Amino acid sequence: MESYLFPFDSLICMLLGISFTVWFTLLLVFIIVPAIFGVSFGIRRVYMKSLIKLFEWATLRMERGAKEKNQHLYKPYSNGIIAKEPVSLEQEIQEMRRGSAEPEFDMSDIFYFCRRGVESIVDDEVTKRFTAEELESWNLLTRSNYNFHHISTRLTALWGMGVLIRYGFLLPLRVTLAFTGVGLLVVLTSIVGLFPNGRMKNYLSDKVHLMCYRICVRALTAIITYHDSENKPKNGGICVANHTSPIDVIILASDGCYAMVGQVHGGLMGVIQRAMVKACPHIWFERSEVKDRHLVAKRLSDHVADESKLPILIFPEGTCINNTSVMMFKKGSFEIGCTVYPVAIKYDPRFGDAFWNSSKFGMVNYLLHMMSSWAIVCSVWYLPPMSRMEGEDAVQFANRVKAAIARKGGLADLLWDGGLKRGKVKEVFKEEQQKLYSKVLVGSSEDRSRS
Amino acid sequence: MGSRASSLLREEDIEEIKKETGFSHSQITRLYSRFHSLDKGENGALSREDFQRIPELAINPLGDRIINAFFPEGTNKKYTAREDQVNFRGFMRTLAHFRPVEDNEKNKDLTSGEPLNSRTNKLHFAFQLYDLDRDDKISRDELLQVLRMMVGVNISDEQLGSIADRTIQEADTNGDMCISFSEFTKVLEKVDVEQKMSIRFLH
Repeated sequence: MESYLFPFDSLICMLLGISFTVWFTLLLVFIIVPAIFGVSFGIRRVYMKSLIKLFEWATLRMERGAKEKNQHLYKPYSNGIIAKEPVSLEQEIQEMRRGSAEPEFDMSDIFYFCRRGVESIVDDEVTKRFTAEELESWNLLTRSNYNFHHISTRLTALWGMGVLIRYGFLLPLRVTLAFTGVGLLVVLTSIVGLFPNGRMKNYLSDKVHLMCYRICVRALTAIITYHDSENKPKNGGICVANHTSPIDVIILASDGCYAMVGQVHGGLMGVIQRAMVKACPHIWFERSEVKDRHLVAKRLSDHVADESKLPILIFPEGTCINNTSVMMFKKGSFEIGCTVYPVAIKYDPRFGDAFWNSSKFGMVNYLLHMMSSWAIVCSVWYLPPMSRMEGEDAVQFANRVKAAIARKGGLADLLWDGGLKRGKVKEVFKEEQQKLYSKVLVGSSEDRSRS
Repeated sequence: MGSRASSLLREEDIEEIKKETGFSHSQITRLYSRFHSLDKGENGALSREDFQRIPELAINPLGDRIINAFFPEGTNKKYTAREDQVNFRGFMRTLAHFRPVEDNEKNKDLTSGEPLNSRTNKLHFAFQLYDLDRDDKISRDELLQVLRMMVGVNISDEQLGSIADRTIQEADTNGDMCISFSEFTKVLEKVDVEQKMSIRFLH
């Protein structure tokens, strides 16, 4: 029996050996070497274009199928469920007063609050930013489809093939690349760390960081378009960007060198952090230091004061938002008083949703999602540098930068705090509303006493 | 066609809700998606905490009263499994009060009897925001409570008291120092309730 299997055994071994060699050679030639030199064959763009055509076909097919079966097709509320009227409290109440002879309080005053309240139950500006965006067309991932009944064999077959390709081919490929990228990062930065401080070390550190991040970019099949590269952040400044996922860091750092800011972690992250800081100065905080705002501010200002150090990369929202809006920027980084380089990042949700819903998914689950999507497509805009103007305080400066980023990226500009993902809204906002209404009430009585 | 809402909504349910509330098919599915996204516990029903998680509602001075309106007195099994939870039908039933009145012409397949979004029903909804103990009368205390919620700490007790007294005086016709539903309706007869208490649902 065994001798019967023997020739097959060695044959299989040989075949496996050959395929591995071929596999790794292809990997090396098409992915790793270009990453080292920063060139691209353009394979990913071709891939992206063909995917778009495929998705459009799939959507049309589903619409046709639904019509044939006379089913209702679910359309996402991309235009909103309701049309809200942008009427303020004062306007509304003035309108209601017009008919009658100026009583101080009218029982109908509650209508405004009542309607606003129910409108916010149906559609509010904040809670929808913490879940993934809904898509117009289907991208052959069941995780984003509500309509997937069996409409046509061809469509189901396509979906099935998609699953095979993504989990059977793309996922292992990407995981290999990810490990390579991270491994190289740790090893090479440690080696660079052995050099004496000086220009050579900085040069090597830059090259090493860029190379490893580029490999990671290919590990995610990220297709990134950089705009306005003349505005790239320079030493002695702070780079701020909107935050959608941890991948933002990889996307920005594969095009320029930054000093990272973050908390010291344990485990694998800790290893990576310790290795990185050997090659060039990043800013890692202990857990206890994070609470001390003065300490944080001091370390950041010291870093930017040193012209030889790289620009700091900060995400002022403090948490991941789903890339349809930009939420309140924390003022800490804007108080330091150096040049701010804003960057806007916008993901194309058709190929894979990059948003990390940290209250729902853990990191590993998220990375798995990312690596089994079709691709990550995004655009990065480098905006011209901004500084704090005369008479502007940190909060106003932060809002100005936020508005510029929102405008460039085509995102909604919100004043709400990203912390609302987990925390409650502050009472002070309700008190503002109450104050407004009281003014309307009392204001009218003042008019009466005057007349 | 992205949506995390699972297919727990059956066609029969949609038809029933359509008959009861007058919403269209697509409006019902979209509102179901919204209901589902508010339902953090994923148990098919919303609790008061789920509503309070909406920041714009939490800062609304009458937020708590509005949330109350979704949880009717007693346990009508169709709308609530428990007293502090409201299911999708109950949710839709309350929202139906805010449909614009013109939409009724488009949906002829409503049950007989007054539609939920008639002027009277809209007024009744507002009335219940005042009438906390649901005894069909707005007492001076209840009126004061609502006033206090709306103005916060910015107006003194005496001033607020005199506002309440004046309001009751003007509305009360049968001298019982309370405002009944018919007196409430009379006071607001010149107000365009249909427009003020309507939300423009997109189709």
